[in-house]
This record gives sequence, C-alpha cells and structure tokens, in this order.
Amino acid sequence: MKDHASLTPAEKSAKLRDIIRSHKRWDIIFGVVGLAAMSVGILTLVALFAQMAIDGLPRLTVEFFTSFPSRRAGQAGILSAWVGSLLVMLVTAVFAIPVGIASAIYLEEYARKNWFTDIIEINITNLAGVPSIVYGLLALGLFVYTFGFGQSILSAGLTLALLILPIVIVATREALRAIPQTVREGAYACGATKWQVCSDHLIPYGMPGILTGVIIGLSRAIGETAPIITIGALTFIAFLPPLPFTGEAAGPFEWLFSPFTVMPIQIFNWTSRPDPAFHANAAAASLVLVLLTLGMNTLAIWLRYRLRKNIKW
Amino acid sequence: MSAITTSDRIVASVPLTGDARLAELASMKAARKRKDKLIEAVLLMAACVSVFTTLAIVYILVRESVAFFSHVPLWTFLTDRQWTPLFDDAHFGIIVLLSGTLSSSLVALLIAIPLGTIIAIYLSEFAGHRVREVLKPVLELLSGIPTIIYGFFALLVVTPLIQKIYPDLPTFNILSAGIVMGIMIIPYVSSLSEDAMRAVPMSLREGAYAMGSTRFQTATRVVVPAAFSGIASAYILGISRAVGETMILAVAAGMQPNLTLNPLEPAATITSYIVQVALGDLPHGSVGYQTIFAAGLTLMLLTLMFNLLGYWLRRKYREAY
Repeated sequence: MKDHASLTPAEKSAKLRDIIRSHKRWDIIFGVVGLAAMSVGILTLVALFAQMAIDGLPRLTVEFFTSFPSRRAGQAGILSAWVGSLLVMLVTAVFAIPVGIASAIYLEEYARKNWFTDIIEINITNLAGVPSIVYGLLALGLFVYTFGFGQSILSAGLTLALLILPIVIVATREALRAIPQTVREGAYACGATKWQVCSDHLIPYGMPGILTGVIIGLSRAIGETAPIITIGALTFIAFLPPLPFTGEAAGPFEWLFSPFTVMPIQIFNWTSRPDPAFHANAAAASLVLVLLTLGMNTLAIWLRYRLRKNIKW
Repeated sequence: MSAITTSDRIVASVPLTGDARLAELASMKAARKRKDKLIEAVLLMAACVSVFTTLAIVYILVRESVAFFSHVPLWTFLTDRQWTPLFDDAHFGIIVLLSGTLSSSLVALLIAIPLGTIIAIYLSEFAGHRVREVLKPVLELLSGIPTIIYGFFALLVVTPLIQKIYPDLPTFNILSAGIVMGIMIIPYVSSLSEDAMRAVPMSLREGAYAMGSTRFQTATRVVVPAAFSGIASAYILGISRAVGETMILAVAAGMQPNLTLNPLEPAATITSYIVQVALGDLPHGSVGYQTIFAAGLTLMLLTLMFNLLGYWLRRKYREAY
C-alpha cells in the first residue's frame, strides 16, 4: 500500500470512485432489505387469507349463517354468534358515540386550560395504552358483580364502549381541530352561542373525521375477544336473545340482559377443539369476521376520502 | 334557534317597544346562556367518563388484590417459583407467569423492532410517493385483523411450518405465538417511527446530501438520530402491545404455567392465565377469582412502567426544530 500523498491524481480519483461505489452499494442493499422486510408482513397477510379461504370457503353456506353451534362440526353455524356481535355492537355504538363526541367537543371547544383539563387529556392518552384484558377485569368487577348486570349483552357492550372511547375521542378532536378558526368566528359574529356553533357548524363539518373514528373504533371492538371472555360470555349458546315484547313480561330491553356469544368467542371455541373439522368452521367464521373488519376499515377510508373532497375551506 | 322563533311569534302578535322589548331580549339572552351552561355541564360529564374509567380500573384491581394479598403474602407472590392457584397445594409465584410474558414479548420484539425499523426507514427515505401510498395502508391492515385470528393462524399454520424444520417442537409453544405477535406489532412500530422520521425537516437531509452522503448514510446517521425520540416511543408502544397481548398466546402458547425462558416450550402468560380462569367457573370472591385481579394489577403496573419510560425517553431525546 502506498500512502495517500504518493498517489497520482488518476489513482486518487479511481480510489475515490471505489469508495463512492461501495457506499452506493449500501443504498441498493438497503432497498432490497427494505422490500424484503415489507414482504414479510405482506406475505403473512396473504398466507392468512389463503389459509382461511382454503379451509373456510367450503363451509360458507347459507346454513352456516342460520344454524346454531352444534356438537357435530358439519351442522354447526354462527347464528347466535353474529346476532350476539350485532347486538353488542349496537350497545357499544349507542354509548360510545355520544359520550365520545361530547367529550371531544368539551375538550376542544369548552375546556379552559387548567390542571383538570390536563388530567383528562393525559388520562385519555393512557387509557389508549391499557391492555384490553384489563378492561375485561374492570367489567367483571364493576358491571357484572357491582352493578349486577350479569354476564350479559349490556355488560359486554359497555365494556367495549369504554375500550373504544379513546379512539372516538381522539378522532373527533382531530376532526374539530381541522376546522378553520374563521368558521367559529363567523358564527360568533352572527351572535351564535357556543353550543350553536358546535351543533350547527362544527359537528356537521367534522362529520367525515368523526365517522371515520367511530367506524375504526367499532371495527376494533367487533374483533375484541379477551375482555368479553373475561366477563364470562358463554361459548355454547344455542338460542337467540329474546325479541322485544315477546314471551311473558318481556319488555323492550329484555335482550340486554340475555346471555350471549360473539363471533371471536365462537372462533376461539372452535379453534381450541382438537377435531380438525371444527377448525374448518373456525376458518370460515374467521373469514367472515376479517371481511367484516376490513370492510369497515375500507368504508372508513373511503368515507374520509369522499367527504373530504367535497369540503374546501 | 328555538328562542328566536318564539320571539318572532311574540313580535308578530304583540309588538313590544322600548324598554319592554329590551327586557325581553335580555331575558332571552339569559335563557340562552343558562342553556349553554347546562350543555357545558353535560359535556363535562361526558369528558369525565374517561377519568372515571381509569379510577374504576384502579379501584377494582386494587380492591380485589388487597383481598388476595390478605390470603397470600406479597413476598410469597413475588418469590414463589410455582404457580398452581387452583390446586389443593396452591402456590402463587407470579414470576412463573412473568417468565412466559417476558419470553413471548422478547420473541415478538426480536421480530417487530428490526423489521419495523427497516420498514420505517425504507418507507420514509427510500420508497417513492406512490409506493408508500400503496404499501403503508396494506401494512396497516396487519394491525386491524382481530388477534383471535392470529392465534388461529399461529396454531394451525406457523407451528406446523416450524415443526417441519424442528420436529421436536410441541403443538403449543411460545415461539410461533411470539413470531405471529411480532408480525402483528410491526405496523405499530413502523407507522409511528415513519411519522417521526418524516417530521425531520428536509433541510437536515439536504445538508447531508450536500456533504456527499448517500441515501443510506443520510438515513442512518442524520434522520434516525434526529427522530430518535419518536422512534423510541414507537418501540415502547410495541412493547406495551406485546406485554398486553392475550388471544394469540391463549390459543397458540398453551396455558400451562411453566417457569422457563425457552421459547420452544409451552407457557402461560399473565394475560392467558386470566383468560384460562375466566373460561372456567370460579365462584365470585374465592381466592382463585382474586388471583386474576392480582395478575391484572401486575400487568397494569408493567405497562404503566413502560409508558412512563416512554414519556421519559420522549422528554430526554426530543429534538426541537
């Protein structure tokens, strides 16, 4: 090796070019590595769908949706599961949407900057990080035993509502924050009260963002298993909750206190059986659940895109 | 709104003038203010629901745990090396469940952190606009899939696949559950890290390029250090997810307590133990029932610790531009 000073200019530039080339090689290597890392995720997704489709598609018949679970895998269906999921989602939505939107409006539009507001804000951030099974324990202690709601649709719906509340609040706040200050000032200048500004302007204009948050929250809730297992939902339910105003003394809200099962629990139940025939059922139910959640997510993205295009500040 | 229409009607029938009209307007204004105050109170109550949720979580966990620790001394809980709360010869050593949580989280993070970071760097610094717009949402689908389905996938696809390479692997094991969990966590790590990297001002990159840096050098020596606080909080979020994950482990890792860090064995974690107890039929108020709250409190403290760590990291390494 000759030392640096004794190199001729031609040798120097050749050496420099070598260094540049070797550094640029890293760019290419990293590009490949990055794509490989991406493909791990994407291949998993593909494998997941392929496996569910191969095992589950043959089971996806009309009877699968209209039959109760059964000890014979071939006759088992998800009727009680999808009805249960639907009713639980209904309770969740009825509770989480108004409370979530109201909290967000309070924090964005009404709250003064003081320690109490800070506590609420920090608290919402922290709640979003609490593992979902802890909500299950909360519900077991509070809704099931302290309030005496039992292991019912009401308990499950309220649990999931608390779980998705931070999602709804954060989405609504972002939607409200995106509305220009001039809209508020214009309304105030016409003599509107704070609530009139909120209800006549901010909520309608923020609707795309709010809806997106609500749908994403619900799609999260519909797939949650752990908290619902924790409150003790039954895995084998071969009946539907009572319809309103049926049977003796069945009021309009009888179904709220009915035992129930939901889609994820049905899948869990079928997965944990050793018989592979039940695994096909689990695959079919998973396919339904996954298409449902993905459908909701797509709807949310589309909605955001669609409604945002129509609004020009 | 309704106040105005009422006043219109009044004006139409009996037109008030002078002081009477002013008094009427003043009373209308007062009514509107009262209504606004009332609405504000209702909204405040809604905002407090989240605070009550936290208080209720803490209250329930602590109440049941206090009852639990009156039966089982805290010291035994922390040092006993067996976890058999439902046997006649009951042992309550939380370390057994912690070992399962630790080993499964480690496997998951060994997958999620390197892959998530590489993907974030790739998407933020290397990929073109169109590639990013397509790949990012696809990747985020990974975090939208219900975890029970991942559990199913780990048990019925990943475990048989690993058994082809390593035939001695038991049906239930930490390894495949951890791998699938790691893949599930990738988007949490990559999305937040990418956001942090994209928030690094362009002028820093331009400076690096002007000095003759390659893309790779700019990414690793300028952008990543500048975005470190954001990347660190992405890692912390990933850790919290891994520690709190339940269904994948309950399905694919077996639910038998096992004091080991070897991912090739089955083991119960804090979360899967709670599921196991909830699936059974424990009477309300028994020690067995109280164990899940003690386990839940441990889990809560664990995630709280990580959240505080994340908060501290963000504070310490935040770069302001």
